[in-house]
Amino acid sequence: MQKRTTLKLIAACAALVCAGTAFAQQTIKIANIVELSGAGATSGTNFKNGVEMAVKEINAAGGILGKKIETTTADTQSNPGVAKGLTQKAIDEDVFAIYGPVFSGSIMVSMAESRRAEIPNFTGGEAAAITQQGNPYIFRTAFGQAQSFPKIARYISDVAKVKTLAVLYVNNDFGKGGLDNIKKNLANTATKVVAEISTDSGQVDFSAAVLKAKQSGADALFSYSNEEESARILRELRKQGWNKPVIGETTLTGQKVIELAGDAANGAVGHVGLTVDAPNPEVLKFKAKFYQEYKYISDHNGIKGYTGVYMLKAAIEKVGKLDRKAVAQALHGLVISAKKYPGVLVDVAIDQNGDLDRESYLVEVKNGKQEVTTVLPPVNPSLFASAAPAGAAKPAAKK
Amino acid sequence: MTDFLQLLFSGMATGAIYGLAALGFTLLWQASGTINFAQGEFVMLPAFMMLAFMSMGAPLLVSFGLSALVAVVVLGWVFKRGIVDPLFKYGMMPIVVATIGLSISMRSVIRAGYSAEASPFPSLFADKLYNIAGVTITLADVGTFVLAIALVFATQAFMTKTVTGRAMQAVAQNTESASVLGINVPRMIFYAFAINAVLAVAAALLVTPTYLAKFDMGESLGNKAFFAAIIGGFNNSRGALLGGLIVGICENLAAAYISPAYKDAVALVIFMVVILFKPQGLLGKKEERKV
Repeated sequence: MQKRTTLKLIAACAALVCAGTAFAQQTIKIANIVELSGAGATSGTNFKNGVEMAVKEINAAGGILGKKIETTTADTQSNPGVAKGLTQKAIDEDVFAIYGPVFSGSIMVSMAESRRAEIPNFTGGEAAAITQQGNPYIFRTAFGQAQSFPKIARYISDVAKVKTLAVLYVNNDFGKGGLDNIKKNLANTATKVVAEISTDSGQVDFSAAVLKAKQSGADALFSYSNEEESARILRELRKQGWNKPVIGETTLTGQKVIELAGDAANGAVGHVGLTVDAPNPEVLKFKAKFYQEYKYISDHNGIKGYTGVYMLKAAIEKVGKLDRKAVAQALHGLVISAKKYPGVLVDVAIDQNGDLDRESYLVEVKNGKQEVTTVLPPVNPSLFASAAPAGAAKPAAKK
Repeated sequence: MTDFLQLLFSGMATGAIYGLAALGFTLLWQASGTINFAQGEFVMLPAFMMLAFMSMGAPLLVSFGLSALVAVVVLGWVFKRGIVDPLFKYGMMPIVVATIGLSISMRSVIRAGYSAEASPFPSLFADKLYNIAGVTITLADVGTFVLAIALVFATQAFMTKTVTGRAMQAVAQNTESASVLGINVPRMIFYAFAINAVLAVAAALLVTPTYLAKFDMGESLGNKAFFAAIIGGFNNSRGALLGGLIVGICENLAAAYISPAYKDAVALVIFMVVILFKPQGLLGKKEERKV
């Protein structure tokens, strides 16, 4: 009798295990490993919200290959060491893909783990070095510095016709990458970099840094820092009566920066790979949905997270099965049409390194709002020849 | 020279805020012999209180007044009764450890309950710039400096010129003797905590437009204020102001003339130099226990 009970128990356990396995196969687990505190809190929070909104939409529409997506979120505290540990934890939990970290310094450390485990890893990090290490599992959801800096350098030298430029940068992987790239791209132009001013992540008082920029006598300032610091820099520039152009890339003109800097943000010019104010119906739809969901306007990081999930969806559906290796391979060279996958918002091409190509925007902050002044075409428009036109790149057209 | 003056004025405004926060350290030390390592968070919390009142429609100054009332209860009475009183009999170290724990808890609660992101905070002063001989000065800088100095001197005057203030100092120097002299010891200690809470709200009002309201805004402010208090003299209110000004100005000058990378180390270096040659601080006096 006792033996029969034991057998029954074993059978019940086996049934439960099978049921559990069957249940696991019904979901696609993804891990959000992002900066929810520390210097990257704004970036990470937006990125996470973007990912979660896309997941909610995809699940409501039936999931991917009929399977729902399940997300977990962890805070890196903007610390590369913590990010690495959390990535290892996500791998132990057998996730299908990893989203984040957003900070370049963190992803540079953590992506070694996702590569070893052969798990696709999507990042919002922009440092050029991220995709230059031959990691087949790393994918950007935004431009890297190698794609965006030629565009902003061209604006500085050819459009704004700046003769001398002061560069104010945050002293981390992201900032140093920006400094190297702006110098590299301006090397053979009429613009000379006359001052390189290093600042700290989390710095509060920028009076000395701004004074150094003023002392350099430069015609314009290129400011490349994180969101909160960018806002403080803009306020200090205004405080010290800086009346020359302030130019930046992506972070300088973000929504959070405008909110924090107030009037001091007016007049700042930036190149952005992504903006909720892009003249594109899908982007504007995203802006409205995000606002409805979170009661604030998303910055570019929200779009990075959101489109990243749709990139994964497109790749899984192309492969037709849940195979991480095959999905990573499919992502390389993939051109995703916004007509077929509206969630990518704008037609996008992913190259062999995991870098993106798509249209981008020059923006200026006017009356506390980001206004797109120029739509810039993709670096390689021929890639998009076969893609449908909806939301696709337009030739550069000055408004 | 213009650049030097620009850095000097900017540093004075920042330094005055450090001085105001440092005053909290010296006040609690003088009146109750307590060191509060959550002083930076005591400035952070009122910033969020004011934001909360403003989100309910209250103007900035009304929010300040309401926050001061709440702070007297929470950062004054609750802090004293809940942490300092039960631990006082065990000496200084448990209180220090408890306040460090309190600072971590306060940061965590705001981060989890509100947001980890920074929020803008309105300035008490109009957005006006003045250009005097090539030096740009904002009304906010001047206002911050004047208000901070006024608060420091008012507190100093209260502590030294009034009967209540002297009674508070007597309690700190010798509780038993003060009690024998008929001073209401618990009340005097509570006054110190209440004044510290109000000063923290004032510091929050002045500092948050620059620091932005964020759960970790008190971290560096608390450290700088602590160094400033020691540099100036832990038992002297004017010393707190002097220490704050020294740290604020030297930081700015070092960032401009040496490197911004070493800016945050300046307070630590001055602190070490001062305690090597004058352990009691620049204006501090050697402790003499008398009533």
